[in-house]
Amino acid sequence: MEKHIGEQTVRFANPPTITATAAIVGPKEGEGPLAQYFDVVSQDALFGTDSWEKAESELSRQTIILAVQKANLQLGDIQYILAGDLLNQETGTTFGVRDLGRPFFGLFGACSAIGEAMTLGAMIIDGGFANNIVASASSHFCAAEKTFRFPLELGTQRPPTASWTVTGDGAVVLSAQGAGPYVTTATTGAVVDLGVKDSNNMGAAMAPAAADVLIKHFQDLGIQPDYYDVIATGDLGAVGRDLLLQLMDKAGYNLHHNHKDCGLMIFDREKQDVHAGGSGCGCSAATFAGYFYRQLLRGEINKMLLVPTGALHSVVTVQQGESIPAIAHAVAFERAMSHNER
Amino acid sequence: MATQSDKKQYDEMVKAASPASTVGVNCIKAFLVGGSICAIGQVFYNMFHNRGFAKEDAGLMVAGILIVTAIILTVLGLYNKLGKHAGAGSVVPITGFANAIAAPAIEYKKEGLVLGVGAKMFVIAGPVIVYGAMASVVVGLIYYFVK
Repeated sequence: MEKHIGEQTVRFANPPTITATAAIVGPKEGEGPLAQYFDVVSQDALFGTDSWEKAESELSRQTIILAVQKANLQLGDIQYILAGDLLNQETGTTFGVRDLGRPFFGLFGACSAIGEAMTLGAMIIDGGFANNIVASASSHFCAAEKTFRFPLELGTQRPPTASWTVTGDGAVVLSAQGAGPYVTTATTGAVVDLGVKDSNNMGAAMAPAAADVLIKHFQDLGIQPDYYDVIATGDLGAVGRDLLLQLMDKAGYNLHHNHKDCGLMIFDREKQDVHAGGSGCGCSAATFAGYFYRQLLRGEINKMLLVPTGALHSVVTVQQGESIPAIAHAVAFERAMSHNER
Repeated sequence: MATQSDKKQYDEMVKAASPASTVGVNCIKAFLVGGSICAIGQVFYNMFHNRGFAKEDAGLMVAGILIVTAIILTVLGLYNKLGKHAGAGSVVPITGFANAIAAPAIEYKKEGLVLGVGAKMFVIAGPVIVYGAMASVVVGLIYYFVK
């Protein structure tokens, strides 16, 4: 069976099942609208450690272990861990998995990490190279501020287009056998850059990448946006969502009815003072692992497309006046397989 | 590959979609907070001066009080909350400079006293010192020749 379809899409011959997910978040996310869907809301932003970097690693470690436990598996049953984060050299993830003793692929796609991890994980399983993998992505507000912006105690103002990095991790166990929900197709995005230079407006930088991968996904599979109950982008925020809908309208695809953005769901923008919305690897990862997975299990939604979005800049590239390249990956989930596909 | 005209067109879309900062309200807040900080300084100045301290000494004491207060507020996590509303009003006075030095000192404590606190302390205030010193040299030279 031909698995690669069209320009950038794959359809899995034996779609991997999501066996379990885990989502752990920080205190602020625990005050947001999705609080009840997370497995653990830590009241300690340091997660029992003494630095923000160690906190993110601990968050990553705990979430991966919890996901494996919820899948009724042992760590030894996991053939690969695929995970990523935002810190330099991905130490948030690597220090988190260093005591787990499992084969590990560290992935960088900025905030698109969970899409990249699930795509590659599903390929590994469908290729017959593993029975169980864990895909995970984490971010921590304080560690991200320190890496990309200013010290926390500095008295500065954020513009209305800025986003708030989510403190959270979402981990997903994918298995070869199981009763669904299934990972059915995936479209891998190309790096897209429409010249946005403002690192305080990442939604604007990322919207063209999301539009690009969505258009490729619909074209490659010959479907329309209404094929899905929900199309959820990662962390475009209010500005990015507005721009995405405009770009899709221009391309002739109407996303107005079923588009959601994890960055607009995880926080209450009015009450929680997050400006354009939530962002970070943990934003789409925790929202999918916590909220959307439960929606799929309960049958509230049957088909969804998750499109985590990432801004691929660094502090140095921004200081050198470069524009911000972005990427997005589309991963499709279906609650049950239709007969002709199974 | 995006062309220049694609980028230009998208730039227009981004400008239209991005909400602007509320400049009017921000200016009023900055004026009130910045003015208040200066007024507090003036109150202390008058107090010291009336009690017989020389002008220079009174000024130095006021600067000391404002700096220490700003650092205490920074440590308590209050100065960033003030700064969020006051903007330039809490950045421009000497308290803002104290905040800009104290905040990275706290943030980089974990990286040690030399490469963390010591090296990073001036990461934000450093440029102000560099260009402030340069500007004072230029102004001094002009003053020397014009006088």
